[in-house]
Amino acid sequence: MQFAFTAEQEEFRSVLRRYFEETSPPGVVRRLMETEAGWERAAWRDLNTQLGLTGVHIPEAYGGQGFGFVELGIVLEEMGRALLCAPYFSSSVLAATAILNAGTEAQKQALLPAIATGETIATLAFAEPNGRWDASGIEATATPAGGRYRLDGVKSFVLDGHTADLIVVVARAPGSQGEAGLSFFTVAADAPGLTRRALKVLDPTRKQARLEFQAVEADLLGEAGAGAGPLVKTLMQAAACLASEMVGGAERLRRSALDYANMRVQFGRPIASFQSMKHKQADMLVDVELAKSAAYAATSALDENDPEQAAIASLAKACAAEAYMQTAIHTIQIHGGIGFTWDNDTHLWFKRAKSSEVFLGDPAWHREQMLKAWGA
Amino acid sequence: MSEDRAMSEPSEADVRAEVRAWLEANWDPNLGLIEWRGKLVDSGWGVPSWPKEWLGRGLPPAMQAVVAEEMRRIGAVGVAGAGVRNLAANTLMAHGNAFHREKFFRRMLTGEDNWCQLFSEPGSGSDLAGALTRAEFKDGRWVINGQKVWTTSAHHADWGLLLARTDMNAVKHQGLSYFVLDIRQPGVEVRPLKQMNGHASFNQVFFTDAEAPAEHLVGEVGQGWAVATTTLMHERRGADGVGGGPGRAVERRGRIYDEERAETEKVMEPYKWYPQRAGRVDLVLERAKATGAIRDPVVRQEIARLLTLSKAAEWTARRARAAQAQGRAPGPEGSLGKLVASHVARAAAHVHTRITGADAMLTGADGPMDGLIAEILVSVPAVSIAGGTDEIQRNIISERVLGMPKEPRTDDSRPFRDVPKNVAG
Repeated sequence: MQFAFTAEQEEFRSVLRRYFEETSPPGVVRRLMETEAGWERAAWRDLNTQLGLTGVHIPEAYGGQGFGFVELGIVLEEMGRALLCAPYFSSSVLAATAILNAGTEAQKQALLPAIATGETIATLAFAEPNGRWDASGIEATATPAGGRYRLDGVKSFVLDGHTADLIVVVARAPGSQGEAGLSFFTVAADAPGLTRRALKVLDPTRKQARLEFQAVEADLLGEAGAGAGPLVKTLMQAAACLASEMVGGAERLRRSALDYANMRVQFGRPIASFQSMKHKQADMLVDVELAKSAAYAATSALDENDPEQAAIASLAKACAAEAYMQTAIHTIQIHGGIGFTWDNDTHLWFKRAKSSEVFLGDPAWHREQMLKAWGA
Repeated sequence: MSEDRAMSEPSEADVRAEVRAWLEANWDPNLGLIEWRGKLVDSGWGVPSWPKEWLGRGLPPAMQAVVAEEMRRIGAVGVAGAGVRNLAANTLMAHGNAFHREKFFRRMLTGEDNWCQLFSEPGSGSDLAGALTRAEFKDGRWVINGQKVWTTSAHHADWGLLLARTDMNAVKHQGLSYFVLDIRQPGVEVRPLKQMNGHASFNQVFFTDAEAPAEHLVGEVGQGWAVATTTLMHERRGADGVGGGPGRAVERRGRIYDEERAETEKVMEPYKWYPQRAGRVDLVLERAKATGAIRDPVVRQEIARLLTLSKAAEWTARRARAAQAQGRAPGPEGSLGKLVASHVARAAAHVHTRITGADAMLTGADGPMDGLIAEILVSVPAVSIAGGTDEIQRNIISERVLGMPKEPRTDDSRPFRDVPKNVAG
């Protein structure tokens, strides 16, 4: 496993950090989170024309940059730090990875270049109102209809589902159960019978939608009935990616809490001089650094196709989620009353932490997945 | 580096050839351990990076690895380097004078003399500079009274590295001096200190008019803290530099190996329980399967939390090492290991208890794994104290890594006599 970033990777990170500090300061985050879409196309286009980020891990053969999950992890860590409002996790991470894992060669050639350039914004619709994150939880059905398929059912918690141009959907053959009978499909956003509704989300910096399919015509992606493997793989990769994003946010919160403690004076001294504050900050550093190590191990394991990659991805997701949430709680506490106000920025990250804790499976669920992956 | 120096530095091939020839002519596994080490030390190959005038060959540190490699190749035993000897050597090299080096180095390296460290006291643990053991200069010699504690291997030691107070009227850190003390004298009494886990790895050392000749002062009077800091720095850095390391390439048969094994066993005796104090995470899954606890969903969560913590700790240590290997400035990840090890150990003891159930109340032959699990449960509390408590670690992290304000002091601006202290006893 790779335990140190190369000089090029560090340089890449610092370029991204400067870029997001300029383009995604809290003022911009606040403006975008009040919109229904939650992001804007001009900034999204810049992300690709200036930095080539939308296809960073998509192979060059499909119009991407051809980097690995380690580089994608760096991108996500910096985006999480800046709380970037963009359909990046939905399109570049979830949808592109799903197409790479499930699609045929011809489908990859057809679908990925537009996602890699950012022209097409795609998303992955797999979870449903039952809130399950495993393949067996899928209830939506796909019925063969004249060479294509007809989708029926409800998808929920779909990232940017109301604004995406292309929806990658996972559904099952009628009557199938468990991991059998699952297939991937692609559906155009304006397909007849598809009703999209933006959900009221706790974290307004990352929008979600509920998608109702009533006899919606869809194209099969990959092989019929063989969707479970690619789905499990996609969700494993996404878990490692989300862990990377979370440690970026946690690091940002930790630093903001430290800055505030150094500045804030009570009882005639900076509160940072109180040992209770110092020890809390030391504990926060431990939490965040351990979570970073786990996230870095996870993306590195994916790139190396490590036999333990599934266990490590789940470990990283659980570890980063708890570190992020704990850091957010401490950061509010260190800010005191001001930390509970709308005007203070801490709640923006707190809400992302809470949402990310649950999305793709909560820590307890991932711990169980980890043990199972280790055969325990 | 001057051109002359660069010209005169021997190549790796030269060093390798020279040490190989010397070893071929002199190495004999049927020699006595002390006899062999005497030859080795006198040849300068025992500590090749030390100065020529002090038993070394003045070779660059990198060449030491070449010499060690040649010794390992034929299974030659190195100089004695374990334990406090190494700290003593480094401290006397930095602060000692010709008398100290002449008197102590050779027997230190042959292993004839054993050393111990006399720093901690009942009244000063985390606050080592608060030492109250007194050294007074009377009739041309130092007279020592007081008590030290947590002294590993004092019962085998010949010499002690002593930090003692020579001036109660000076400010705390300026009133300390550093001595080499003969442990085998009537004024020194060594008593084992029994721990809560039943082992006695450390000692209490009592001084009643113990004596040290004037020449046994290391550094100047009042500069003991600076000397002690050197010792502590080498302690934190761990064993480095001295000692050949065991040779594994060759079958280790012969008188010298028997004697070396006996020496190692004696040195390692106090540390037998150390794996247990770290929590034995390695046993958790196998124990959970054996007891059936692996089927309990609550215990599974706790096991998974522990393994997550333990893995993340391991990866964090590897990040620190990788950054170091790249020659980068150490990041925060390098300062967290000690504190994280406490978390891991505590979590492991908790999980072992959950896995073991009622049998966690039993020890010895009645306890699981012949008492090993019980030993974990009663040894883990040491981890968060020994070598810097968790609280001190958090102070260090917040002050040195995060740059937060230092703890306010009340002991650095008045005579030590007036600083509040623990009641003696």
